[in-house]
Amino acid sequence: MERHLLSIDDLSVDDITTLFATAAEMHDVQRREVKKLPALRGRTVINLFFEDSTRTRSSFEIAGKWLSADTINITGKGSSTSKGESLRDTVLTIASMGVDALVMRHHASGAAHQVAQWIDAAVINAGDGTHEHPTQALLDAYTLTRRLGSLEGRHVVIVGDLTHSRVFRSNIGCLTRLGARVTVVAPPTLMPSGVAAWSAADGFATSYDLDEVLPTADAVMMLRVQRERMSGGFFPSPREYAVGYGLTRDRLATLGPDVPICHPGPMNRGLEIAADAADAAQSAILEQVSAGVAIRMSVLYHLLAGEAS
Amino acid sequence: MSTPSGSPPQEPAGRVVLDARDIARALTRISHEILERNKGAEGLVLLGIPTRGVGLAERIAARLAETEGVEVPVGSLDITLYRDDLRRQPARGPQPTSLPAGGIDGRTVVLVDDVLYSGRTVRAALDAMNDLGRPDVVRLAVLVDRGHRELPIRADHVGKNLPSARTERVMVRLQETDGQEGVWIS
Repeated sequence: MERHLLSIDDLSVDDITTLFATAAEMHDVQRREVKKLPALRGRTVINLFFEDSTRTRSSFEIAGKWLSADTINITGKGSSTSKGESLRDTVLTIASMGVDALVMRHHASGAAHQVAQWIDAAVINAGDGTHEHPTQALLDAYTLTRRLGSLEGRHVVIVGDLTHSRVFRSNIGCLTRLGARVTVVAPPTLMPSGVAAWSAADGFATSYDLDEVLPTADAVMMLRVQRERMSGGFFPSPREYAVGYGLTRDRLATLGPDVPICHPGPMNRGLEIAADAADAAQSAILEQVSAGVAIRMSVLYHLLAGEAS
Repeated sequence: MSTPSGSPPQEPAGRVVLDARDIARALTRISHEILERNKGAEGLVLLGIPTRGVGLAERIAARLAETEGVEVPVGSLDITLYRDDLRRQPARGPQPTSLPAGGIDGRTVVLVDDVLYSGRTVRAALDAMNDLGRPDVVRLAVLVDRGHRELPIRADHVGKNLPSARTERVMVRLQETDGQEGVWIS
């Protein structure tokens, strides 16, 4: 495994298999009375978040704590960057305190890659702009393999704002590596430019018609419609989006009863996903959250537990 | 990781110390010792240390069922995350830990492993168990004790004491994990 986790492309299929196997063992810790493993005792993990986040940040924090690492959160608001300090100075300052890993979320695509050039600590990309969010892709694929077994030849449908979604970018890389057949669905205004060449290169299909795709889905992944995009002219009205691309009650009825429904959260109920779908027995949304902790424990373990380089 | 494969595995180099029948006899004796020590199978739980300890624990449980007619619960206890040399080698993925339904609180736990050497694995196992519950008594059964302890740890039940030099290698192969059976020293 590479020293950093910046992109899903840093991982081979073997790496992903190893991470999943370790995550499965880590998952059991959640059910224990004593939720603590000593593997990262004496290691320090800093969560540096320049964007709002509840689940990703707390998930990394819990993961670090359950592995006995000292975990500290720094948010962009209230940090020195809001006083005008450059990103480089901020991370060099933090790195100088003796940090073993930096978990970073930043609004600029490529920020984590840049930071990895500057410091010796392991850098984990927890979301950079509209680029990548590798641990989300890992936890999504892990959740699906727990539900479906091998993803080889399985049809995964990803629906929503593809233009602005880093979750989708990382998921494409992860799912296609694991042999899944992926179809992405979005209104034309939210389909990334140049998607034709990209889908040909990475081997996924695109569609504007959700109803046509859903009946053959083995899993459905709904992406969040980011509120801040609603005024951007990408679609006429929230209601129209829900009718065309939301997982409504009527569409839920066309899905097989065992087809898992995923959503990276936070959900806009009634917009991209109806309450009936979010709360359906086949919904995997809360499993994703619990898988998130296990996957992040696994990532931290494999990046930090071994021999120091 | 070794799993049974199509072609018969090659025999390890070196001298055979225990063959399949020796292993069977040793496990039968250990099973009887465990019953004698515990005055029956009451409250017993067998925890094997992956990989080969689990197979050995299951074999001991089968013998206990034969002689006492009681199903003794068997589990596995992985120690990877509790090793004291984690940082000296590349990170290894943990093996499964699974406790029997009744847990280990208030039970007599017999830890089962293939080789007792430095004692560090057993120390890690005791730490791991600490996070999972509080047994009344913990005992240790091993197939081979090769000496060279680095910690104040000893086994309660030993299949074979095998004096060895530190430079020698002791290899245990079991049918269920390796597709062959025996203990070799080289």
